[in-house]
Amino acid sequence: MLSYAIRRTFMLIPVLIGMSILVFSIIYLIPGNPAQVILGQRATAESIAEVEQQLGLDQPWYIQYFDYVGSLLQGDLGTSIKTKSAISSEIFPYLMATVELTVVAMIIAIVVGVNAGIISAWLHNSWFDYVAMIFALIGVSMPIFWLGLMEQYIFSVQLDWLPSTGRYDASTVIEPVTHLYVIDTFIQGDFAHFWDIVKHLILPSIALATIPMAIIARITRSSMLEVMNSNYIRTARAKGLSNFWVVYKHSLKNSVIPVLTIIGLQTGLLLGGAILTETIFGWPGIGRYLYDAINYRDYPVIQSGILLIATIFVFINLIVDLLYAAIDPRIKYH
Amino acid sequence: MTTPAASPQPHSLEMQSEIVTSPWKDAWRSFTKNKVAIVGLCIVIFFILMAIFAPWLMPYDYNKTSLTERLQAPSSQHWLGTDDFGRDILSRIIYGARISLWVGFICVSGSIVVGCTLGVLAGYYGKWVDIIISRLFDILLAFPSILLAIAIVAILGPDLTNALIAIAVINVPNFGRLIRSKVLSVKEEEYITSAKSIGMSDARILFRHILPNSMTPVIVQGTLAVATAIIEVAALSFLGLGAQSPDVDWGKMLADSKQYLVQAPWTMIFPGLAIMLTVLGFNLMGDGLRDALDPNMKN
Repeated sequence: MLSYAIRRTFMLIPVLIGMSILVFSIIYLIPGNPAQVILGQRATAESIAEVEQQLGLDQPWYIQYFDYVGSLLQGDLGTSIKTKSAISSEIFPYLMATVELTVVAMIIAIVVGVNAGIISAWLHNSWFDYVAMIFALIGVSMPIFWLGLMEQYIFSVQLDWLPSTGRYDASTVIEPVTHLYVIDTFIQGDFAHFWDIVKHLILPSIALATIPMAIIARITRSSMLEVMNSNYIRTARAKGLSNFWVVYKHSLKNSVIPVLTIIGLQTGLLLGGAILTETIFGWPGIGRYLYDAINYRDYPVIQSGILLIATIFVFINLIVDLLYAAIDPRIKYH
Repeated sequence: MTTPAASPQPHSLEMQSEIVTSPWKDAWRSFTKNKVAIVGLCIVIFFILMAIFAPWLMPYDYNKTSLTERLQAPSSQHWLGTDDFGRDILSRIIYGARISLWVGFICVSGSIVVGCTLGVLAGYYGKWVDIIISRLFDILLAFPSILLAIAIVAILGPDLTNALIAIAVINVPNFGRLIRSKVLSVKEEEYITSAKSIGMSDARILFRHILPNSMTPVIVQGTLAVATAIIEVAALSFLGLGAQSPDVDWGKMLADSKQYLVQAPWTMIFPGLAIMLTVLGFNLMGDGLRDALDPNMKN
């Protein structure tokens, strides 16, 4: 297990180097002079020269690359062209807002998806199974941005139950500790604001959770059906174990690997989907930060945002791979 | 497999006819037995016909503005209502089908051509060719797909063609990996060894023998990928990075509808429904094709 973990971790190095080259190249792949493109019609010869110097474009590319990687290794993500602030300090609250949203969405997707899949397999070919799988199929086919707009229309405009945009009420003042506001308000005992933040989280997290939830439900169901037809499950039933025990202990444990794979893959989808969800719900996360940067052509922010999300994605996949090996000792690295 | 030729049983003719059918006919028979897949196929055909015959089906010109008819609710004159410029939403959805389907097919075709070429080369030649191509796939797959697409459009500039290129690029590694693994198994088959032993060129072996025998999973994946590509292009258009006016794209229609959610929800409901139904059709058809062509892919 340890040698597998070490080898799997080492495999990350070429991928991370490749990612850094790709993200570094963004600025070079822009058609025309990047500084001119960034500045647009405001460009003067002096401002172009200033941006070129700020981005290091007046240096040979290999020096720029090593400077870039050197800075990254020291936690320096560069300086935003728009705000002139250090991206590494500016990006943190946005990143935590996205973490809060994606974690809640993933919890919803796993809890609802896994249980719907289990019950569908348990009650195979029942009305519950049919309804759950029709919902799962619609969920997989649903554009997340449309679902978000529909949620806003139904729950905010028509029913007026939940707020449609933002992370908290405009009048709210929150003292950030972890920047995960649900936790911050909870540990500060500020339950009025805690409830306000939870209400703001509901719609975007459900929108973000829908597709992974549908996929997890489908995979859990097919994985469980396969396991539930095996001999040892028949034996467990023959021993007189209750249905609940057979399903949740014996079957689930042995059908968890494909489910885990999908959960790992879906986390990447969530990080990507967060850009769309955050744009619709005005959620001040990294997706929104990136979206604003694209509109402003703030390339250092675009580069850092993309690299940060991709790095998180790569490490989540690493953790999932290591978890497989921990759960199923038959898995070896080849 | 049975041996009907030697059998004197009354069903021998029927059984013989089963033997002479091609795998494609078998797959088609299996596909047509799957009712859900047929529903998917009908939805897809419906939208394809709608796209082809759009100029004759549209009740109004899709770009005809009428400020006196702004944000009208669905009525007998405008079945799905009008948008903020008084344009008929039904006409725009019908014409939008052209762009959405066209973009979906072109993206996936491009991904298949590039992905399959790279995948075949990696799988057949192995060694350093495989290492380089596989690492390239690993790097591309290290990015969440929509994020990579956004990065590509951020580089090339917001435009429908650039969105199309971006979606094609992000799908390349999926097809490449799929075909590579298939080639790895096909190249060990005896008929490939025979072809090599009679001195057949690598190009002929690759494109006449290996590629056609590795295409089944690509067809299945391709159908499902069209669904994903339609959503991804719509997502880019929704973010303002895809179709630009006067192009009509369902994603762009949704983006335009955002500010009229309270006054005119129909501007948001119908384009989204069109995307969902098309994607659902391709997903149902893709699932059916997978079960018919390659049941091993099911899990």
